[in-house]
Amino acid sequence: MLKQMEGSQAVAAAIALARPQVICAYPITPQTHIVEALGRQVKAGELPGCEFINVESEFAALSVAIGASATGARAYTATSSQGLLFMAEAVFNAAGLELPIVMTIGNRAIGAPINIWNDHSDSMAMRDAGWIQLFAETNQEALDLHIQAFRIAEELSCPVMVCMDGFILTHAFERVDLPTQEDVDAFLPRFEPRQVLDPADPMTIGAMVGPEAYTEVRYLAHRRQLRALEVIPAVAAEFAERFGRHSGGLLRGYRAEDAETLVVALGSINGTVQEVVDEMRAAGVAIGAVSLCAFRPFPQAALRAALEPARRVVVLEKCLAAGAGGIVTDDVRRAMAGARVMVTTVIAGLGGRAITRASLRRVFDKACAGTLERLTFLDLDAAVVEQELEREKATRRTGPTAGAVLRRTGTPGSHIG
Amino acid sequence: MFQVRIHGRGGQGVVSGAEMLAHAAFAEGRFAQAFPSFGSERMGAPVMSFCRIDDREIRLREPVMAPDALIIQDPTLLHQVDLFQGLTADGYVLINSSRSLDELGLGELVRRLRPERLRAVPATELAREHVGRPLPNAALLGGFAALTRQVQLDSVIAAIRARFPEKVAATNVAAASAAFAAVATAEERAYA
Repeated sequence: MLKQMEGSQAVAAAIALARPQVICAYPITPQTHIVEALGRQVKAGELPGCEFINVESEFAALSVAIGASATGARAYTATSSQGLLFMAEAVFNAAGLELPIVMTIGNRAIGAPINIWNDHSDSMAMRDAGWIQLFAETNQEALDLHIQAFRIAEELSCPVMVCMDGFILTHAFERVDLPTQEDVDAFLPRFEPRQVLDPADPMTIGAMVGPEAYTEVRYLAHRRQLRALEVIPAVAAEFAERFGRHSGGLLRGYRAEDAETLVVALGSINGTVQEVVDEMRAAGVAIGAVSLCAFRPFPQAALRAALEPARRVVVLEKCLAAGAGGIVTDDVRRAMAGARVMVTTVIAGLGGRAITRASLRRVFDKACAGTLERLTFLDLDAAVVEQELEREKATRRTGPTAGAVLRRTGTPGSHIG
Repeated sequence: MFQVRIHGRGGQGVVSGAEMLAHAAFAEGRFAQAFPSFGSERMGAPVMSFCRIDDREIRLREPVMAPDALIIQDPTLLHQVDLFQGLTADGYVLINSSRSLDELGLGELVRRLRPERLRAVPATELAREHVGRPLPNAALLGGFAALTRQVQLDSVIAAIRARFPEKVAATNVAAASAAFAAVATAEERAYA
């Protein structure tokens, strides 16, 4: 059924359709609307057989999900930013214990400086925790990916993060097609756990593993992620067959086949990128785009096949490894090792900085001309940076950088673009 | 694509105004996208929301930089925020005020834009009268429908009904209808 609704409400509706048994979460912007909606539904008795557990922190939220999943319950939680970092230890444990929990990440920057707006720093900080990470391009895809996520997680016995851009998707009010309960039930069978804590049949999980076996256990976790490279597209294909639309999978090309320049990006920014691609195509420029849906496991072979025909690749990313450069770029370069393709990085949208068509057009034009630098910070205010560097040179006790920059640029949220 | 930017203050319904407008367009089978300017959600702080309406799927995620229409929920923002930034030359402006555009000091703007596309509507007064609270957003949507003809009044009414419980919806529908009538009449005068 077509509905006009907020992204968070669409995700809550998808979770409800997946018949979870335990939901535990701690509210944090911009994830809050999702868990509020689910809390209301559980309280109203609309999710029979589901318990909503209030917890005192994100660490507890994921720990409860771990406990619930270990008893064979379909468990769900959601978080953002500092919340994800606060649960970090449990994030690794959930993957190491092979528990198929599904967690939404309403992607948000990490402090300090405190910033509630969108970028990908939070889920990137957990990229090596052993979870599958899928990125939604639209609210429709966010909805669909959550239904697919339980299938993927339970088939592999591996937790899945569905990453959606905070505010840009979580708070966007747009059209979604909400599937019926019958279709979701047919697509997502009852959870058959690989391991169950059951007093009638006692066992221990969470064994201590010494040097004699740790490598093998870790290697098997790697193998499981590699198997996900087959499961993710298979689940997406089955989803498309049943629901009549394409969501998820490893990656999607946009006017990519004959492109000389390809833009690689994760999440909602792909929509704006596609607008710019159309604009440049109309001007005769051979540019295209690749939207990466699966970031973990990283689809090396599929990405290489998609990018190899191009001469230049621009990795547009909403995260930064300070002192190193682009995070997604490292994976792209690894996938492209030995290929005759020039890979450049554009860091954009940090802490919610708007990524406009005009700014993208400028860097893409440069990329197509072969003059884009290896690492570019989109719309960086060089004057502000220079002034701050000068100030640091002039005095020892400079105080915090954040406050000094803020005094030059105005209060948070005061700009339109 | 038709792009709208709504300016107001936290608590005035800036976000729900954009969402209801998107809902109205959706009710007409069109594609619509509404989103807030993210963040400063403090009561009374300047806030913005955006709405795009199109006949095809909307992929663009940038803020509305060049609006086709502006809805200004609070005229005290006129001297605090660059409200008209990026406004297209044939754009629409709907201001919540019981004062005339000249009294608001917008004579210059009137000369720069198409005068029949600029309107002040006393949405707060209409809301006080019909809703009993100074919440102008539903009334402004009625005025917006009359001014721009981008959505029908019936669709705005459907969006209001989808948003609020029956009793509250009825009072907001009355406010929206009154604003529609006020602006439509003024518009007819301009064309006469």
